[in-house]
This record gives sequence, structure tokens and C-alpha cells, in this order.
Amino acid sequence: MTSGPLQHSNEQAAIWPMYRALVGVGTLCGLLIVTVFVVTLPIIERNQAEALQRAVLQVLPGAVSKQSFALDAAGRFRTVRAGDSPAQTVHAGYDGQGALVGVAIQGEGMGYQDVIRILYGYAPQPQVIIGMQVLASKETPGLGDKIEKDAGFLSNFLALDVSLEEGGGSIANQLQAVKQGEKTQPWQIDGITGATISSKAIASILAQGSEYWVPLIHAQREFFEQAGVTDERF
Amino acid sequence: MNGSRQSAGPSSTDEFIKGLWRENPVFVQVLGMCPVLAVTNSAVNALSMGLATTFVMVLSNTLVSALRNFIPKEVRIATYILIIATFVTVVDYLIQAVSLEIHRALGAFISLIVVNCLILGRAEAFASRNGVARSFLDGLGMGVGFTFALLCLGGVREIFGSGSLFGVALFPDGFQPWVVMILPSGGFFTLGVLLLLFNRLRTRQKELLAPVEGRAT
Repeated sequence: MTSGPLQHSNEQAAIWPMYRALVGVGTLCGLLIVTVFVVTLPIIERNQAEALQRAVLQVLPGAVSKQSFALDAAGRFRTVRAGDSPAQTVHAGYDGQGALVGVAIQGEGMGYQDVIRILYGYAPQPQVIIGMQVLASKETPGLGDKIEKDAGFLSNFLALDVSLEEGGGSIANQLQAVKQGEKTQPWQIDGITGATISSKAIASILAQGSEYWVPLIHAQREFFEQAGVTDERF
Repeated sequence: MNGSRQSAGPSSTDEFIKGLWRENPVFVQVLGMCPVLAVTNSAVNALSMGLATTFVMVLSNTLVSALRNFIPKEVRIATYILIIATFVTVVDYLIQAVSLEIHRALGAFISLIVVNCLILGRAEAFASRNGVARSFLDGLGMGVGFTFALLCLGGVREIFGSGSLFGVALFPDGFQPWVVMILPSGGFFTLGVLLLLFNRLRTRQKELLAPVEGRAT
């Protein structure tokens, strides 16, 4: 009969190569991932910043530079600091003379397949949405993804009325999606036949977002107009 | 423990060539069908996924082969998955650094390369039993063959589904794209047609080679 300590010693000898392989390969893999992460992080962050810059300038036609502001707990806008939530951040766009073109706002909501993320531009004067771009969407190719490409649908967002009611507390006319070709009012969004749910989702995101952001931005439009634009100019 | 069993049979060139045609991962082995059907709605997506998979397969095959005498058989699958997952993470960062657009288009399928049975299959069936150079060539050949198959599907689906190839319009303005081709059903349909064509070509090749091989024996 094998003695206890000897059997234990044999088991240890059999297990050791497994520990060695798993810990060794794990350490090697960990080092490789960390190295690649450290090397690529600045490039990825630069790509993300450039993509956001392009999107902001696209939804604010005429803007050549942008500056980002975050909404604080007191409902006042201030310069963005590290750790600010992107959901509470807006991007003001300025033309070549430094005049405010508008403010780009991010919004998201459920589409047909998954969450749709968009960026839209609001011009405080004359209180209209002047551009919209889809940032992320998994809508059905050829159908739902027309919200990104359909020229007729995108033309809804050249001057979409989000003017405020008398007191400035809320939107005078709630944005609403209508069937394709039935738009009669400047606050209506012509839908897309074959992409009804996706186009309604965009209308819903814009309606909720503008109801929240437009009164805040309009009340502090002088802050945006006076904000200096130097560091992010092309 | 897996020892090295270098066969004297096939040459290094054969190790590379076999993945392109004779043992093509998609058209012959019918492996990795998830990305084959999911991301081939455009040629650019197909090419990107093919290159990413090739990158992971070449490096994982090479590392598995280099460490094959160091990895006990009891933990080999766990170790291979660890190695493959590492290279998938690396390729995920690299794609984000190269193009956020491509990263967005490929979506979750980059991460799912980890569970692509083709990569684990080559690590287990080939790299763990052969030398580094052969394993490298095997991974490269299989990767190029996989990319070729994805490009065939992506090209056909983009041409008919969007009227373009690599984003370049091929038809006049009046062309009405066949939307079904870029939907999942179009992927199954195109794959079925290509498998039919590929098998027909292989059968014909065998018929043509049969008399030659008969005379040689």
C-alpha cells in the first residue's frame, strides 16, 4: 500500500505542469493584452474624438469648431471635466467668426432591432433642429437602416420646428412622426414606408431629447454665445 | 502531453495551399458559419472579418505550436481558448485603432472570433502536433482561404443587394437593389449557391485528374 506522503507527492508532481502551463500562458497573455492596450489607447481616443468632431460639424452645418459643455446638478452648463457623463454633455458649434451656429445633442432610444444612438443639432435662433446623424444602429439592412441614408427622411431635419411656448418652459408643439408624404406642419417628421418603427424611434428620441434639452439651452443661450472657442478649432 | 509529430509527407507549400482550395474552411469543411453568414453583407465587412480571423489564426497557431511541449493535455483546451481570446482582444484594439467605422460594422462578431470553431480546430488538430513553421503556414493558408470565401459571399451579396462593390456603384441610377441579398436569408441563399458551385468544380477536377492518377499508378 502506498504511503500517504508519497502519494501526495506524486499528485503534486502531476499537478505542477498544469499550474505552470495555465499561470505561464495566462501571464504571457495578460502582458500582451496590456501592452497592446497601452499602445493603441491614445490612437483609439483620438479616433473617437475625431469621429465626434466630424459628427458635430455635420449636424451643425456652417460650424468649423466645437466646444463641449456639461450640465451640472444645478442645471447650469459648464466646461467639461474628466468624469462627466456623455449623456449630460452637449457640444456647441461655432462658425469662422466665432458666432454660435447651434448645439449638438446626443440621444438614444429603442429601435426595431436594438438601441439607436443619434446626434442632432439644435439652433437656438430660430429654434429649429438643423441636422441629425445616426451614431449607432443595428436596424435591418435595406429597410430600417434607411434612417441613416434616405435623403427624403434626412431632409426632415433641415429645419424641424422645436420652438418654445410663451414661458419658455417646454416645446410649443410636440414633435410627431407621420406617414410618408403626409407632413403638413414644420414640427412633423415624414416617416419611411418599410421602416416605420425605425423612423418613429428617431421621432421619439428627438421628441424626448428636445423636451429636456431645448428649454435648458435656450435659457442659457448667452452662455453658449459668449463661450470662447480656441482649443478645438481646425 | 502533445509531442511533435512532424510528418515527412506534405511540403510547406502544401500546408499553405490546402486551406485555399482542397480543405477550404468554408466551402469544404463548412466551419465558422456564424461570421460567414452574419458579416458578409458587404465586401469591406467580409474582408475585414477575414483578415481579423487570419491574424488570430496565424498567431494562435504559432503560439500553440511553440508551447505544445509545455502544455499538458488535461488543460490544453483551456489554454488554447486563453491564447485565442488574447489575440482576439488584440485584434479588437487594433481594428479600433485603424477604423472605428469597420469596428462598428463588425460589431459583436469580432469578440465572437474566440468561439470560431475553425481556429480552435486548427489549434487542436494541427498546431498542437506540428512545428512552428508548418503551423504558421497552416494558419495563414486557412485564414486566406477563409477570407477568400467571405469575400466571395460579401462580393456577391453587395453587388446584388446594394448595387456596388467595395462601395463603388456598379449599376445605373435606375437599378433597384435586391434587398433580400443583404438580409440573413440572402446569406443562406448565396452560401448554398457557392457551395453547389464549389462542389461541382471539385468533382469536375477529380474526374479530370482520375485518368492521370490511374496512369501514374
